[in-house]
Amino acid sequence: MKRKRFIAGLLVVALTIGCLWLLQRLLVPKYQTGIVEGSMIEEYYKDESDHEVLFIGDCEVYENFSTITLWENYGITSYIRGSAQQLVWNSYYLLEDALRYETPKVVVFNVLALKYDEPQSEAYNRMSIDGMRWSQSKVDNIRASMMEDENFIDYVFPLLRYHSRWSELTEDDFRHIFSKDLVTHNGYYMRVDVKPQGEFPDPTPLADYTLGEKAMSYMQKMVDLCKEKGIELVLIKAPTEFPHWYDEWDIQVAEFAKKNDVEYINYIPLQDEIGLDMSKDTYDAGLHLNTSGAEKMADYFGAWLTENYDLTDYRSNEKYAAIWQEKVDFYNAMKEQQYYELETYGELKSFGANAIQ
Amino acid sequence: MLFTSYEFIAFLVLVLVGYYIVPKKFQWPLLLVFSYVFYFLADPMYLLFILVTTISAYLVSIKMENINAEMSAYIAEHKAELSKDEKKAYKAKMKAGKWRWLLLCLFLNIGILSVTKYTNFVITNINNLFAGGGPLQLVDMIVPMGISFYTFQTMGYVIDVYRGKQEAQKNPFKLALFVSFFPQLVQGPISRYGDLAPTLFAEHKFDGKTVSFGLGRILWGYFKKLVIADRMLPAVTELVQNPDEYSGAFVFVAMLFYAFELYCDFTGGIDITIGIAETMGIRLAENFNLPYFSKNIKEYWNRWHITMGTWFTDYIFYPISVCGPMLKLSKWSRAHLGEVIGKRVPVYLSSFAVWLTTGIWHGAAWNFIVWGLMNFVVIMISQELEPLYARFHERFKVRGKMPYEVFQIIRTVLLMSAIRMFDCYRDVPLTFKMVGSMFTQWDFSAFTSGALMDIGLSGADYLVLLAGLIIVLGTSIYKARAGSLREALYQKPPFVYYGMMAALFLVIIVFGAYGVGYDSSQFIYNQF
Repeated sequence: MKRKRFIAGLLVVALTIGCLWLLQRLLVPKYQTGIVEGSMIEEYYKDESDHEVLFIGDCEVYENFSTITLWENYGITSYIRGSAQQLVWNSYYLLEDALRYETPKVVVFNVLALKYDEPQSEAYNRMSIDGMRWSQSKVDNIRASMMEDENFIDYVFPLLRYHSRWSELTEDDFRHIFSKDLVTHNGYYMRVDVKPQGEFPDPTPLADYTLGEKAMSYMQKMVDLCKEKGIELVLIKAPTEFPHWYDEWDIQVAEFAKKNDVEYINYIPLQDEIGLDMSKDTYDAGLHLNTSGAEKMADYFGAWLTENYDLTDYRSNEKYAAIWQEKVDFYNAMKEQQYYELETYGELKSFGANAIQ
Repeated sequence: MLFTSYEFIAFLVLVLVGYYIVPKKFQWPLLLVFSYVFYFLADPMYLLFILVTTISAYLVSIKMENINAEMSAYIAEHKAELSKDEKKAYKAKMKAGKWRWLLLCLFLNIGILSVTKYTNFVITNINNLFAGGGPLQLVDMIVPMGISFYTFQTMGYVIDVYRGKQEAQKNPFKLALFVSFFPQLVQGPISRYGDLAPTLFAEHKFDGKTVSFGLGRILWGYFKKLVIADRMLPAVTELVQNPDEYSGAFVFVAMLFYAFELYCDFTGGIDITIGIAETMGIRLAENFNLPYFSKNIKEYWNRWHITMGTWFTDYIFYPISVCGPMLKLSKWSRAHLGEVIGKRVPVYLSSFAVWLTTGIWHGAAWNFIVWGLMNFVVIMISQELEPLYARFHERFKVRGKMPYEVFQIIRTVLLMSAIRMFDCYRDVPLTFKMVGSMFTQWDFSAFTSGALMDIGLSGADYLVLLAGLIIVLGTSIYKARAGSLREALYQKPPFVYYGMMAALFLVIIVFGAYGVGYDSSQFIYNQF
């Protein structure tokens, strides 16, 4: 009887673990429609080809640079490891994680996140971390990012975090329980709609313009890591003007770049040179570029990259050409669908906030 | 470390593994170490308080036992020489010595409890006597976790040694474990030394059934706490903290919700406590016996927080009832006020003292004192009405009839819940006003307007609560009619038994109100 009990107990434990796994798959957010940003970090691992240029940072990279334009115009293989409100330490550990799989020639980091020296939001933490594969980098990322009310174990077993979603499950949760669709184009988040830039509020004067110690130290770690791996680091400030980028911050970043012998380009004053028309090239009144703007930005940036770094034009390489042709087709198909929805409904129906189920 | 925190669960796993892998003679010392670690992690300063209680109880109990031994030896030695009166005088002298030691210990420990818990209450009331605020500043006082529980438990032991009902524990470390045993430190039960010690210090070998029963009890506790009580918490908070917005029928809803929340919170916590002890083969006293199935308030108090009730009966009610001045008063009142009133005087006064103390024990606020006294009033009235009830039962032959019993149960639950609103609103005039509004401002639209969907609970929450309460009610009915449900389940094929436990675990994981997005809520009785 004791043996029978023991075996029954073991079987029940195994079944329970199976149920927990299934429940976790079901209950974690899928980020397939609406807020798709939560899928971005995970998508990186699905792209098995390597990249010569790797972008890291927040929405100012994943919404402002078309990776497909970089390929089509310059043959540059690139990936954007971006996520919503990606903080500097998130970026560092995502870079560290990416370097386990490949060694790009150039890493591009958008500096807007330097304005934050403390974790800001559990939701954004989740979107930057949950999709990472387990490694020391992920562990360190969690430790650096956790808010006061967060627990490490919630990252190990996301079911403990998302258990209460049982009452808000949608069709997406069942459809994508075991597999997810691509939502970006090598990390680029496409939006073809247009909402002209309006008036931004006047910048609020700050009590202290010094960029945070923690944020700066992680940028320093980024520089050191890139130097150690022989990678060129480029610091950029995307061309969008809001949230406001203070001159005092710009000076500090420029000094940091000079001291560490890395490039820093602030694209805000270069909007005209890039060819951006903020009455047409933004989809959310100037916060982010739309696809038209992102293509212009990528074209401009690609020219600069080609000119300054020894990048390979892979368009004549059959293997890469085949891989990227699929990406271009997917890009064009999504673009067509978005234009179709704009023409038919006057707004996007399957993308962005409207698509939240 | 909250019982509902991940840290506590990790701590518990460590304790259990350690308990069964160390040589058996080290089991209780290991528990002592873990209990002190548990207390230290809550706040290192707390250790100071619990050490004072432990050391004073140890020294005084040993001293009293030495007096007993000295007395016995002296009497045995001088048996032939001492007259009956001399023997009596000698005993009285020695008893007075013991009494002084007991008083010293009680003053010290009840003093610590009073100073830590009630100083600010006293200051506030003194200040209230002065117009425009009083002269005294509130004190930033540390209130050690579980001080009400461990102080009462330890003083019960010391009194038992004084009475000669209990031998003093010679090993100070064993006494330290009795005082600080971590599962019951937070919210009881208030154990008796004679009941707990044999099982606490015994060597226990791993027994699958006992451990699985313990784990099952822990899961059941978490189910009640996390799936029901904590899910209900936002609604109770919303209704109670906005009395201007929610009166009339909403007060009735708050009253019912709080009744269920408190029941699931407190019994859930005790289930976890008893379950933890049970996984180690240690039996703790039961603290509840289906209180919401009580047919009157007296019965309710015999079924709710049983260990506290019996403590007050044994250490306050009886000593007051039979003390010299009370006996004199009883005699006087019988002579001057008549037999009917005279025989009630000691009972009423002792009960009054018990309920006043019960109220004060629950918290340093007038609402708790009034709550205690309301219980006293209702119990005394129902006692006085007993002959009337008896005539009613005789006349209408309703005793033992199911519909009448259901009526009695509902009446008792509603009455107790109404009295408990003092604990809920924590303000005496406001409680009277809000309870009164149930009768003066009742409006059925509270149930039909959809307003109940705006008090922090969604439709899905109501469904979970309903299902949870049905499960709790179902198991309670089973227990009342057929006895132990877990024993019955254990007799089923093992797959069914373990499957039920696994299902309960999964339900807690998915439907529990815990983690980010929920306020981590400590057990209500932690505050007392």
